[in-house]
Amino acid sequence: MNARFLNLTQGSVMRGEVQPCRTNPTWKRSATEGSARPGGGRALPGGAARLVPGKKEESRQSGVASKRSVGILCQATNARVLLLLLLLLWPCMAIGQGFSGLGTTAEEGFAVPQPDPVFDFPADHGPHPDYRIEWWYITANLTGPDETPYGLQWTLFRSALAPGEAEGWASPQIWFAHAAITTADRHFATERFARGGIGQAGVEADPFRAWIDEWVLEGPDFDTMRLTANGPDFGFEMQLEAQGPLIFQGDGGFSVKSTEGQASYYYSQPFFAIEGVLHLPEGAVPVRGDAWLDREWSSQPLSERQSGWDWFSLSFDTGEKLMGFQLREGDKAGFTAATCIAPDGTTRAMPDGAFTARALNAHEVAGRRLPTRWQLSLPDCGVDVTVEALNHDAWMGLSIPYWEGPVTVQGSHAGRGYLEMTGYE
Amino acid sequence: MIGACLRALMSHWRRRPLQLLAYLGGLALATALWSGVQAINTEARASYDAAAATLGEGQFDQLVPRQGAAIALDEFLALRRAGWLVSPVIEGALEGLRLVGIDPITSPTGLGTLAGGIAPGEFAGGERPRLFANAESAARLDDLAEVVVSPDIAPGVAIGDVGDVQRLLGRDDLSRLVVLPEQPRLQSPLAEVAPGLRLQPSQQVADVAQLTDSFHLNLTAFGLLSFAVGLFIVHSTIGLAFEQRRGMIRTLRALGVPLRMLIALISAEMLLLALLGAGVGIVLGYGIAGLLLPDVAATLQGLYGARISGTLALRPEWWLSALVLTLLGTAAALTGRLWQIARMPLLASVRPRAWSMASAARGRAQTLLSGALLLAAAGFALWGSGLIAGFALLGCLLIGAALALPLLAGFVLRRAEARTTAPIWAWFWADTRQQLPGLSLALMALLLAVSANIGVSTMVSSFRLTFTSFLDQRLAPELYLQVESAGQAAAVEAFLMARGKETLPLYSARSEVAGQPARLFGVRVGPTYRESWVFLGARSDPWERVEAGEAVIVNEQLARRGDLWVGDEVQISPDLRLPIAAVVGDYGNPQGQVVLSEAMFAALYPGSHPTSFGIRTDDPASVRQQIVTELGLPDSAMTNQAVLKAMSLDVFDRTFTVTAALNVLTLGVAGFAILMSLLTLADQRLPQLAPAWALGLTRRRLGQLELVRALVLAGIVFLCAVPLGLALAWVLLTIVNVEAFGWQLPMYLFPLDYAWLGGYALLAALLAAAWPALRLMRMPPSALLKVFANER
Repeated sequence: MNARFLNLTQGSVMRGEVQPCRTNPTWKRSATEGSARPGGGRALPGGAARLVPGKKEESRQSGVASKRSVGILCQATNARVLLLLLLLLWPCMAIGQGFSGLGTTAEEGFAVPQPDPVFDFPADHGPHPDYRIEWWYITANLTGPDETPYGLQWTLFRSALAPGEAEGWASPQIWFAHAAITTADRHFATERFARGGIGQAGVEADPFRAWIDEWVLEGPDFDTMRLTANGPDFGFEMQLEAQGPLIFQGDGGFSVKSTEGQASYYYSQPFFAIEGVLHLPEGAVPVRGDAWLDREWSSQPLSERQSGWDWFSLSFDTGEKLMGFQLREGDKAGFTAATCIAPDGTTRAMPDGAFTARALNAHEVAGRRLPTRWQLSLPDCGVDVTVEALNHDAWMGLSIPYWEGPVTVQGSHAGRGYLEMTGYE
Repeated sequence: MIGACLRALMSHWRRRPLQLLAYLGGLALATALWSGVQAINTEARASYDAAAATLGEGQFDQLVPRQGAAIALDEFLALRRAGWLVSPVIEGALEGLRLVGIDPITSPTGLGTLAGGIAPGEFAGGERPRLFANAESAARLDDLAEVVVSPDIAPGVAIGDVGDVQRLLGRDDLSRLVVLPEQPRLQSPLAEVAPGLRLQPSQQVADVAQLTDSFHLNLTAFGLLSFAVGLFIVHSTIGLAFEQRRGMIRTLRALGVPLRMLIALISAEMLLLALLGAGVGIVLGYGIAGLLLPDVAATLQGLYGARISGTLALRPEWWLSALVLTLLGTAAALTGRLWQIARMPLLASVRPRAWSMASAARGRAQTLLSGALLLAAAGFALWGSGLIAGFALLGCLLIGAALALPLLAGFVLRRAEARTTAPIWAWFWADTRQQLPGLSLALMALLLAVSANIGVSTMVSSFRLTFTSFLDQRLAPELYLQVESAGQAAAVEAFLMARGKETLPLYSARSEVAGQPARLFGVRVGPTYRESWVFLGARSDPWERVEAGEAVIVNEQLARRGDLWVGDEVQISPDLRLPIAAVVGDYGNPQGQVVLSEAMFAALYPGSHPTSFGIRTDDPASVRQQIVTELGLPDSAMTNQAVLKAMSLDVFDRTFTVTAALNVLTLGVAGFAILMSLLTLADQRLPQLAPAWALGLTRRRLGQLELVRALVLAGIVFLCAVPLGLALAWVLLTIVNVEAFGWQLPMYLFPLDYAWLGGYALLAALLAAAWPALRLMRMPPSALLKVFANER
């Protein structure tokens, strides 16, 4: 889901203008470059492209293809200034690199995720202003009194124009949030924006409180929380109760995003029981179900070759869960990673290539075609399932457009979950 | 060879400097006024765009402090956390500029046009505060901040991030909060969250650019006209020059210059000269625009509250378009002549054909064309629809009438000739008629200038009269008061009722009527409405029917766009459909409006309260004072309409400064056209004048007759121009205005103004004829004698 980030930067090209761009002068070799590390995680904008001599040509080609795609996306996007600012801050992403070419890394002073992380809770539930991007991301599969299925999304993003924090309007931090409710035939989505430093939005670790305007995710600790959001025509008030432990994606929370080593810190709470009320135009609907929370932060954009991703979080009826994603390179499947989560929270991180996702259709939404039915396979965990969107038109037509909605699962396992797709044009 | 040919071609101009002057002058005139007017229009539009895009003023509702001018940051945060989507704005004065700080992240307009021309990353953060301003403003701020110059920023304004502006102003508060158009489902009432703030609705007047369109349309019309007149001059000069160069061209070709090369050389020569003339014109245009801009700026600011930049930017939009247009016009005039040269047999005799002697065939073609154009104009008037058709109608009418002028003038002169018996006058009329073809282009130019003056001044003056009476009927209450809560409304109403004067509460709501966005107004029908409102069309007792809830009154824009009129029904809400009792004129507001009774409005919007009150009083100042002291309402909530009205009218009058200046300029252009025609004719006419002189007419008498001839011709032109000008005014008022702005203005006539204009036209013709006449009076007899000695 975190994939949004890429989208975000894309969206930032306002009015289709391509900003002048400097080429990245220093290409650093990544420690993990070229190796398929076990683990992985959600598609976080990974590190900058690292040019490896043997791969030069390939990179260049994909750069050309994605340049075009950026242009198209730019024109289609009604982006906000915020995004523009972001764009500026990451020079080059508009021209030099493609959809996912998020430019530079640590040279701008941002911290970079390192392997073998040691987390410090509750402090790490709070923001990490030295990293470029971060999010608190909740998706939930819900059921109404008459067994009607619903999907819910609530995300708070932090994006830094420069590392660190400052008081008042001088803060380089920018916050924005997305909220959505999906039913079988409708999809509501809205967004909020805020400057950091003035108190309009932020996150405090203990007691936990994440807020933007009147939207909040808060509770005495990370296991018991209240969640609200409101849009012009919808809203929700939910209560979350953790039923299991936090789980760490990738290698103990260090989630690799490409063969070149881009990575993020990534942990999840996939065991939330959730209940509350959805406010829809026709009235209030009491619902209950399960929710999945993702925490992720990094400074590294994705690999230059990666054009978008497909991310799945599935909850099977057996109590097992699966997180899997693939980062596409052009039309091909690229880097994949997955985590199999047992009902008790023990995890098995899968190396690149173990998890495969095959598109079964091409649904047209918002002027582009993207797959809303997938064949997923992860033989190591005995998973071979078909995933289908509850609502094929779950398009998040916001400043940063992407597809995100609830899915149903059939095949070796039955269940439900969430799908996110970015980079389709 | 090329050099030799060019020298030969150029020698023509050396021998006839006057013709060169006419050619260059015509081009310069064509370009000057057109580019000047375009420069003003472009500048103004850029200013409107900048203001609308960067400030979004008037587009959005705002929260402003009840007292003072400061909003604490905490109030902003409290509102955001109560579900109010508002964006902070801080404003202050610095170095005589208006400094505006916005938060680009939450602002509904974002950086607006800034983003188009400025790398937005430059906006935020930095050691020094960073501001955006146009070049004029930037110069004043250089020491205080890092200024990014952008011509897209409204004049007199500098924009920056709210944090930077706070630093510059030494403040930590905000000035106002812009309310975003889309608000969430739930929000706490304003009175609970921020009792110190009040909601100020967005101005009803939507878009400055839309309102000022009619003004710019006037300017454009003048510019186009003078462009046409200038091109007439160019066209006739080219014709004359080619006629006179036939011999030279024949000689050159006989000497072996290939036809192709000759044509290429002539084209290059003429277009280079055209470039020169147009260049001079653009410089002149820049000067004219610079001279007119302060008046235009004052007019626009006062009339529409639109600020435009006081400095003129050299934008390629206007100078390049003017240049290209002029060159295209010249090329068009050139093509016909080159075609003739291309088809001219090499050894055709160089029969000296007087340029003035137009062939009969050409006259017939002109008549046919004129008839066709006038028919087309009638067709457009009867069946056309849309703004384009309106302009096509104007074009066909003006050109058709201009082409018909020589025929009409010829007819008048023949009649005059038939009625006279005195030999001198018989010769005079015949000679005048003989000159007509040569002068016809200049006379057409004069006709266009005079009729456009009549048309445009009729439109402007009619607009002024209408606008004045509109202000009187619509702004009848002496004082307007804005309220923002039901409690306040009740208090105000009680206070006003106690004073025993007529109380005019006004309810308003946005809605959609007849498929267009419109405002619904609930009014308390009383004597003020009954007496002062004048309808364009009404059934009997419209106000009674409105009061009874049986009908509504709609404004003209809504009626015309929805193709409705008195008696038709409109859907007010899903379950309410009412007939229109009356249609009311509404000038200066682009939106549709529907007037309902107070009770009807309350039924549609239960629980609503009046948003403003009209107050009838003989002493606005003391009532104002009482409202502040007794009701505790802020003084800023009241508007004194008498002051506003006086100011509006004062400014409207200033519009005439510009109109008058343009009148003089277009007449000047036409006068120049006449002068050039007469001068070129003068030499050719010697063979006609010499016999009259030989028969005993003195040179002095001949010169006087020349002047009389100019007056007679100008008089004829003026007589034709009056009906044409009135037709033009009619088209502007009833067709173009309706299409462009949705309202039709009644047409008033101003005979005295027309008489003055006639005087000016005669004066212009007299001045133009003075020099040729003087030359004739002083011509040495030997020159006249030579005619008999060596006539061709």
